[in-house]
Amino acid sequence: MYSPQIVVEALLNGLMLGAIYALIALGLTLIYGVLHIVNFAHGALLTVAMFMVWLVCARYGLDPYLAILVVAPLMFALGYGLQRFIIGPASHGKDNGILLVTLGLSIIIENALLAAFQSDTRTITTDYSFRVVELGPLLLSFPRVVGFGVTIATTILLWLVLHQTDIGKAIRAVAKEKLGASLVGISVPHVYAMTFAIGCACLAVAAGLLMPSFYVSPKTGAAFVLVAFTIVVLGGMGSIPGALIGGLLIGVVEAASSLFLGDSLGQIGIFLIFIVTLLVRPTGLFGARA
Amino acid sequence: MTRISKSMSRRTVLKSGVALTSMLAAPGLLRAEPAPVKVGLLQPISGAFALDGDLAKIGAEFAIKEINDAGGIKALGGAKLELVVGDSRSNAEAGAQATEELQSAGVAAVLGGFASGIALTATQTAARYDLPFVVDCAVADTITERGLKNTFRFNPNFSMATAVALKNLVKLNDDAGKPIKTVAIVHEDGLFGSGLAKIMQEKLPPLGFQIVETIAHPTPARDMTNVVLRLRALNPDLIVPSHYFNEFVLMARTLQQQRVRPKGIYAVFGGAASSYRFVNEFPEAAQGVMDCNHWGDPKSPITAKLRETVTAAGKFYAYNTPINYSLVKVFAQAVEKAGSADRAKIIEALAANEFDSGIMPYGKTKFDAKGQNASALPLNTQVQGKDIKVIYPAEYAEAKPVFPING
Repeated sequence: MYSPQIVVEALLNGLMLGAIYALIALGLTLIYGVLHIVNFAHGALLTVAMFMVWLVCARYGLDPYLAILVVAPLMFALGYGLQRFIIGPASHGKDNGILLVTLGLSIIIENALLAAFQSDTRTITTDYSFRVVELGPLLLSFPRVVGFGVTIATTILLWLVLHQTDIGKAIRAVAKEKLGASLVGISVPHVYAMTFAIGCACLAVAAGLLMPSFYVSPKTGAAFVLVAFTIVVLGGMGSIPGALIGGLLIGVVEAASSLFLGDSLGQIGIFLIFIVTLLVRPTGLFGARA
Repeated sequence: MTRISKSMSRRTVLKSGVALTSMLAAPGLLRAEPAPVKVGLLQPISGAFALDGDLAKIGAEFAIKEINDAGGIKALGGAKLELVVGDSRSNAEAGAQATEELQSAGVAAVLGGFASGIALTATQTAARYDLPFVVDCAVADTITERGLKNTFRFNPNFSMATAVALKNLVKLNDDAGKPIKTVAIVHEDGLFGSGLAKIMQEKLPPLGFQIVETIAHPTPARDMTNVVLRLRALNPDLIVPSHYFNEFVLMARTLQQQRVRPKGIYAVFGGAASSYRFVNEFPEAAQGVMDCNHWGDPKSPITAKLRETVTAAGKFYAYNTPINYSLVKVFAQAVEKAGSADRAKIIEALAANEFDSGIMPYGKTKFDAKGQNASALPLNTQVQGKDIKVIYPAEYAEAKPVFPING
């Protein structure tokens, strides 16, 4: 019913949007893999990162992509501080404690943003916000193409950090065996905080990629975080390649189902996959743990 | 006890007699400062609609200042109006709560409400105290259809507005030589968007428009590319959108990106279509977008003053300001006619009289048996250049419609 050109365009667009979903899911899955907690504040932290990008761009006239270089260290520090000084101590080492603390944090962050910025939505306009890349007859959104490239690069970088650096090795050690890791002299609270910080830095990258063509309001993060949770479960909780592949897959499925079923019904596609995964392969596509 | 109370009352009567005599003796002295009339304004000052609440407040404050500077309410010896603002916090429960607070603050009436959900609960709360409530811009038909004696609506309801919107769409199309044959409806899947889409699906085909597709999307939407790709495939002459600000902006920008150029975009109560914010931030995407919405008389000099005040406050002007300005004016006239700040008398006066509509294009405001302002009217606007111009009806029009927009 649609010309092949439109179908291909929709699927490619889905794939590229999926890359940004994947980037958001990456932080979530990393935090789950190491801390074994579901971070309910992830959406609110994405909103914080988006506001930071907006502030840096609107106040200092920086390009949103360059703003990532400023916002990522800030988000890294924020994430480290949150885990080390708030989430960690407040949860008293209990998993359900952490769950509630992150949930509480998300409420506090959202309302603090509301108080600071009001419910107003903000956008950044750049010359390339709605520029297209012409690939033969296909019109691809320029910010999406950039987003796709940066996501792949970020994933590779993250993988390298985890496998080649000392802190990466420490993170993996804590993820596998917390007690053992602390016995060989790894500071578990530090590793936890580093993991949380890396997760937040990923959000900063995602925020920089989203802002040229999207808007931010204190509730924006919520639009992405449910999809991110789905991706984490689909890819296998804690798995980095899983988050990437899962994100791309969800993007394509969403595009296809909303093209053929309409945008409202299109959301069904995502959650259908979610349920089927839970039934058939509860550990997810790349989930290793029994 | 009975005897004492009787003698007490006799004494009181005597006292007040003395007081009355002295008042008559020195009228100027006592009339100098009559008790102010408290007016409640219920608006979302915080929460998701905080912007609208702020704009409404600016309008109401402006009117109150005008009235007080001109000598207050003459029928009450020049009593000043005093604004008491209740914050509905953008949700229905808090709206009812804020109405209770206004009630205990002793207001003579409540004006405002803004969103339909909030106006529904707030008017009901006010009804329990026989507190007059005049709605500013909530459109759900049901607000005035529950038999509440205290509830009046200044603005046009949904049915009235869509009837006008359709009539003007036909005129627009006929005047341009009928360039529009096919229509696509894009709507958010909540109560507001779906309700409007349903009316359009019923009413457009008999008027000679073929609906090629009705596309629903959730709010908030992460992406509009798929919606726009479908529109590109269908290539309709006209797009009729109904969604909130963010989605409207996202769609308009994506349409621009994907080079979809319909002959027109015609919104009814469009989320961003008559927003100066949208026009300022995305002038290209906004170009030529038409809307049928609440709108103040563009030719009134007060409109210009209100716009200045809003701009000076660092905000983007919208219809909330002129509506609430005019609403306070209507209330002041009702108090004049009632000759009292008594709630029952104000309700009577609102129901019985005709009022000057301030700067809203309603002619003479007259509330019908249900409390709906029968002469309320939305205006058609179009984004032209950096401005939003009224294009219909003729008596308020500032500019000719630019249509079809993409030849």
